[in-house]
Amino acid sequence: MSVIYILLTISIVIAVLFFAAFIKAVKSGQYDDNYTPSVRMLFEDELVKNKTKKTIKNQKFN
Amino acid sequence: MEQTSCFHCGDACSAEHIIYNDKNFCCNGCKTVYEIFSENDLTCYYDLQQAPGNTPKEIQGKYDFLSDEGIIEKLTEFNDGKHQITTLTIPHIHCSSCIWILENLNKLNPNITASQVNFGKKTVRITYKSEDISLKDVVLLLSRIGYEPYISLEDFNTGKNKVNRSLIYKLGVAGFAFGNVMFLSFPEYFEVGEFWLEQYKSLFRWLMFAFSLPVVFYAGQDYFISAYKGVKARFLNIDIPIALGILVLFIRSTVEIIFDLGTGFFDSLTGLVFFLLLGKFFQQRTYAFLSFERDYKSYFPIAVTKISNGIETPIQVYNIKKGDRLLIRNEELIPVDGILMNGNANIDYSFVTGESEAVKKQSGDKLFAGGKQTSGSIEMEALNAVEQSYLTQLWSNDVFSKNKEDGFTTLTNAISKRFTIAVLSIAVLASLYWLVVDSSKAINVFTAVLIIACPCAIALSAPFTLGNLLRIFGKLKFYLKNASVIEQLAKIDTIVFDKTGTITSNAKSKTNYEGETLSEEETVLLTSTLRHSNHPLSRSLYNILQKNNIVTLDHYEEHLGEGIYGETSDQSVKIGSAKYVGQLQPETDLKTSVYVSTNQGYKGKFTFYNAYRKGISKLFNKLKKEYDLVILSGDNASELNNLKKLLPAKTKLIFNQKPNDKLEYIKHHQDNGAHVMMVGDGLNDAGALAQSHVGIAVSENINVFSPACDAILNASKFNQLHSYIKASKTAIMIIKWSFLFSFFYNVIGLYFAVTGQLMPVMAAVLMPLSSISIVIFTTVATNILGRKLK
Repeated sequence: MSVIYILLTISIVIAVLFFAAFIKAVKSGQYDDNYTPSVRMLFEDELVKNKTKKTIKNQKFN
Repeated sequence: MEQTSCFHCGDACSAEHIIYNDKNFCCNGCKTVYEIFSENDLTCYYDLQQAPGNTPKEIQGKYDFLSDEGIIEKLTEFNDGKHQITTLTIPHIHCSSCIWILENLNKLNPNITASQVNFGKKTVRITYKSEDISLKDVVLLLSRIGYEPYISLEDFNTGKNKVNRSLIYKLGVAGFAFGNVMFLSFPEYFEVGEFWLEQYKSLFRWLMFAFSLPVVFYAGQDYFISAYKGVKARFLNIDIPIALGILVLFIRSTVEIIFDLGTGFFDSLTGLVFFLLLGKFFQQRTYAFLSFERDYKSYFPIAVTKISNGIETPIQVYNIKKGDRLLIRNEELIPVDGILMNGNANIDYSFVTGESEAVKKQSGDKLFAGGKQTSGSIEMEALNAVEQSYLTQLWSNDVFSKNKEDGFTTLTNAISKRFTIAVLSIAVLASLYWLVVDSSKAINVFTAVLIIACPCAIALSAPFTLGNLLRIFGKLKFYLKNASVIEQLAKIDTIVFDKTGTITSNAKSKTNYEGETLSEEETVLLTSTLRHSNHPLSRSLYNILQKNNIVTLDHYEEHLGEGIYGETSDQSVKIGSAKYVGQLQPETDLKTSVYVSTNQGYKGKFTFYNAYRKGISKLFNKLKKEYDLVILSGDNASELNNLKKLLPAKTKLIFNQKPNDKLEYIKHHQDNGAHVMMVGDGLNDAGALAQSHVGIAVSENINVFSPACDAILNASKFNQLHSYIKASKTAIMIIKWSFLFSFFYNVIGLYFAVTGQLMPVMAAVLMPLSSISIVIFTTVATNILGRKLK
């Protein structure tokens, strides 16, 4: 039953890791703006489309 | 005539708009922006949102001060000589297209390496290679595509500002500990005395103890500090029973595990702190893009142009000395009091007075800080330094340094006084009883009472009710500074209104024609001529006369600051100032007028009026039943009769009030015990707004200017003011109901505590149950309340 020491250690270490990740996320400013990322996420398509357009254009000129 | 709207900015296009690439544009500026975007493959901008753009403004020379090293240093948050990072406020940010285009700035200029938009704050953070592109170029690029940044004196010191995130950290710590403690205490809820549990229970308990340490000493520290302050000021606030509860929970639990008496209440302790912080977090939600603390700094420019020996150099406004000669360009703000030296001064004092009509000044006249030059450049000589100007001195009044909330007892604190006394006496009485009956239980009962009576639910009622209503109001374009404003709003008995810009709209939209009647031909010519001019008065007059036909002019001239001239084959018309049209009769009245003459001589004048806001009569009639109403105007009494007709008879009308008079008037009423709400708009109301219990700034465009206040109300919602006050009153009722609810829980808990039967599991169930049911009750109730609002 002393395996419980290992289990407890693992569970607490994992919990602490997640907690540290949370602190790091807050520190990096992730929670300062909680609206823009939700919009930005939807832009990926337009950006890709633009990039392909650009390369075609570049090929033409090169 | 068919109305087409501009592909770029969505404004209505006039008949001879520009067609480019099969798309309509209202002006060259908009077309240019479109060209820039299409050349760089950025036309997606128009796919994301219809007509998202803004017409770029003429900005020549306006940003010359950005070449100054000292100013660049103040505005950048990072600068290593090669790269610079700056955060600029852009008021136009309003949709997803804006985010998209601003985050793709590097496509327009590869020297911009990164840009990131914060939509809530309406800012963009730009990283660029400062060797290849200067801050000035970045700002000019933004202005060219219609995203002109707003740089004011306020930005001067905020470049390296730190954000306070301590509440999120505390919430994280408490939540983390709460989860783990719950998980560790779970076995003991059900299996007391089981073999393996007995074996390891001290390990589990000490781990819980370890987890609760940061909760008590870090996450909960605000409650101790606040309780200590309360005790010191002999004021029983809600934080005293909370701090007492936390402390007793912690000490009793620690004692229990040291002497192996039980598991302690670490689960309830961490849960309590977590829920309390959650309530705080919920209430703290603010409007990042609005500022309620504005003073003159957010209106004033960072730098102006100084002329010495014929050389123009940008100078920081704080460095302006008496006697400096300054160049004020078109659309620039006058930063200091001074004397006009030369130039055609047409000063718009709307920031100061709320009156949008520009005032003409002659060379040698005194100019006051805060005015905006509206026609061409002028030169002036500074009379004072910035801080000593007439306008800025208003901010040295005491009301601006006083914290309004200090003198105000919130509903929660009012109830907590009686609550604390009641809880303490119950605890003492119960332990006295047990001292007689079974002295071993006395301490147990005493602590149990303090634990179970910890007013978690009471402390949560107000934050959740008010926080939710704050959000509902925000959706309705009524932005409050914080939750306590709602409580203040419910107590109001006197409402004071400013006139110009508050109960009237800013746009001059009503005219009155005096003089010879114009023939149909003349009206057509007049309308056609007006259409060519971009002057605000021409535009509003054109909008009124729009229904007339349009003819093509043979000749058109515009004389800046004087008027316009239009001519067809057989007729000509002059529109403008009295002098310009040749009307020599002196302008005695203070009203805004546009004079008209044709080739047959003087015809007459159009006088402009501010229109009163829609529904104003109805609003006042609703309000008069419950409140004393006052109109406090800085203007002369010319509107007295109109107002008398419009407003209920008992409304007091007071005219010719200086900013300080307004402040004193409100103070006088407050000294007589009135709860005063001030509704105003300009900087001249700033003192009154700060002095009143609730100062509401009415604003037609919330992104632009409003003075320091407790709430900002969008002008379109002005007629809903009454229902918002009523909603605040209902919210107070909701809080009272939820108090009743939490007392009910407390009574149940107290029964167990007083009889000495309080089990940790019971506390652990009762605490979250009461908190969550309160949260649900208040949220549902306020949402029902919010649905009725418009």
